[in-house]
Amino acid sequence: MTSAPTHVPAAAREAPGSAPVRRRAPGPRRASSQRRRSAASGLVFLLPALVLFGYFAWWPIGRSVVLAFQQTNLVDAPQWVGWQNFEQLFADPLLPTAALNTLWFAALSLLIGLPIPLAVAVVMSELRRGGALARVLAYLPVVIPPVVSVLLWKTFFNPGEQGVVNAALGVVGLGPYPWLQSPDLAMPSLVIVATWSGAGTAVLIYLAALTGVSTELYDAAELDGASVWRRVWHVTLPQLRGVILVLLLLQIIGALQVFTEPYVMTDGGPANATVTVLLMIYRYAFLFGNYGVATALSVLLAAGLVVVSAVYLRLTRAWSTS
Amino acid sequence: MTRRAAAAPVRGILSERDWGRRRTRAGWRGLHTVLFAGLVLFGALPLLWMIRAAASTTTDLVQRPLALWPDPAKWSNIADAWNLLGIDQYLLNTVWLVAGSWLVQLVVATAAGFALAVIRPWYGRFVYAALLATLFVPGTVTLVALYLTVLDLPGLGISIADTPWAIWLPAGAHAFNILLAKQFFETIPRELFEAAQVDGAGWFTVFRRIVLPMSRPILAVISLLSIMTAWKDFLWPLIVLPDPAMQPLSVALPRLAQNTDPAYLIAGLLIASIPPILVFLLFQRHIVRGIGFTGLK
Repeated sequence: MTSAPTHVPAAAREAPGSAPVRRRAPGPRRASSQRRRSAASGLVFLLPALVLFGYFAWWPIGRSVVLAFQQTNLVDAPQWVGWQNFEQLFADPLLPTAALNTLWFAALSLLIGLPIPLAVAVVMSELRRGGALARVLAYLPVVIPPVVSVLLWKTFFNPGEQGVVNAALGVVGLGPYPWLQSPDLAMPSLVIVATWSGAGTAVLIYLAALTGVSTELYDAAELDGASVWRRVWHVTLPQLRGVILVLLLLQIIGALQVFTEPYVMTDGGPANATVTVLLMIYRYAFLFGNYGVATALSVLLAAGLVVVSAVYLRLTRAWSTS
Repeated sequence: MTRRAAAAPVRGILSERDWGRRRTRAGWRGLHTVLFAGLVLFGALPLLWMIRAAASTTTDLVQRPLALWPDPAKWSNIADAWNLLGIDQYLLNTVWLVAGSWLVQLVVATAAGFALAVIRPWYGRFVYAALLATLFVPGTVTLVALYLTVLDLPGLGISIADTPWAIWLPAGAHAFNILLAKQFFETIPRELFEAAQVDGAGWFTVFRRIVLPMSRPILAVISLLSIMTAWKDFLWPLIVLPDPAMQPLSVALPRLAQNTDPAYLIAGLLIASIPPILVFLLFQRHIVRGIGFTGLK
């Protein structure tokens, strides 16, 4: 390995392995000998990242695209099969179910995952005492490992009156409901768990953003006679617009990749009501050993995420710049 | 918030005048009561229930599902679960996997951040772009290809599945940590590096003696983020560690859940939650701040 250069101004030695320096390359303002030396020592410090990203980020990304058109059994060399993986995938009657389930999960997640953390953060930001305690309580569920929260809620959702959720609803005269055993209620149950374990992060991010809202805007609005609610609506929310838009997109992208909840809680059931795209990928790859089809579905999921993000950014552009 | 309590001129949506109005004050007091009731109900009670259930008999759980105190109390459940389910082994596995992931992420992020922010080689911006680009490809999308890579490392022909390396090494390929380190290192005045170099210090000395000691806050944030993430990880260890002797708690628990006494299972859940909760309570100020500034601006 090349050693880190000491401060010897003119000793411009050719750094081994460094790429040729192009004269017109848009580089920082430095003499070319020093540039070559910083190129070499920079490489030394970047080496761990380059090796690990090469093996575990860049290579798998490239390989995914290739693998979607191959058939492999881990023993023989992979074979090119053209669009056959995709054809097999589209012939699977479970695919539309999984796609719709995943969209349904994402829609429900946003329905309760967007307004609740926002409202909680706004009310919390006006606390005069106990703010630190409130933040700890809001974030505690996020700290619990997802597997633990999912298994805990699976217990809570026990059917019959001895289930915690049913017992609590029984106090106000509701239920009992067959949460995870009902095809209609299973997905909303998963959304409740996912929101429970994720909302705390959104609350803290909104809280941080709320402290950035200029108090002069509130002063001005108040002078103009705006009531508290009009200030929330016309000052606070527009000021948080950027954060809300980004967080919303991250929530959509995260929800479309849901796995732990359906895998651990319902294993896709009942009657395939909670089979999601990622659960299908998992089954194709690790139950059936069909890596080609699994990767084809991964590529479709990636394409779907790109389309969703692009459409989202397009739709919200008008709002975010207005 | 405590800062506002100090009668400072700092205001929120409400001004001092609003707080002086009886109806406004009563309304917001009511909202805050509802807020705290909800936070206790969803933030604290499930955890308290978990402690109670871990020490309950099965009949007690069925008869009094909402109680927060076990009757009769069988605290020995927790020790029994520990021994019967082999929690000690899984907990040790978890700690080992988390520690390695943390170390790898810290080394990779600080070294790369240093190269990009301080050494600034001419190709730095291209490397940085290539690193950041991976942030836009969710890990779940490349899951299968990553698994096949781990089974047969290209050019080396070896498999690291069922070894801790299968967790540690991919953990290092997280661009977000590099971004955090680079942005922090860029705020350190460059005169410090130049002065050290005039004194004959090499880059490694600058890194170890100047940059790392000045970067405690960001090292704390990267450490906490990487430890919490690694402790929560489920899907990846589920795939690459099929050998139960290697598995962390998160992977073992769902398997154990299938044929275990509910009280033992909940004792296991409790044991798996205590370390991250302790880390959070001890470092909550760092974590809350970390989310504030790593999050979004």
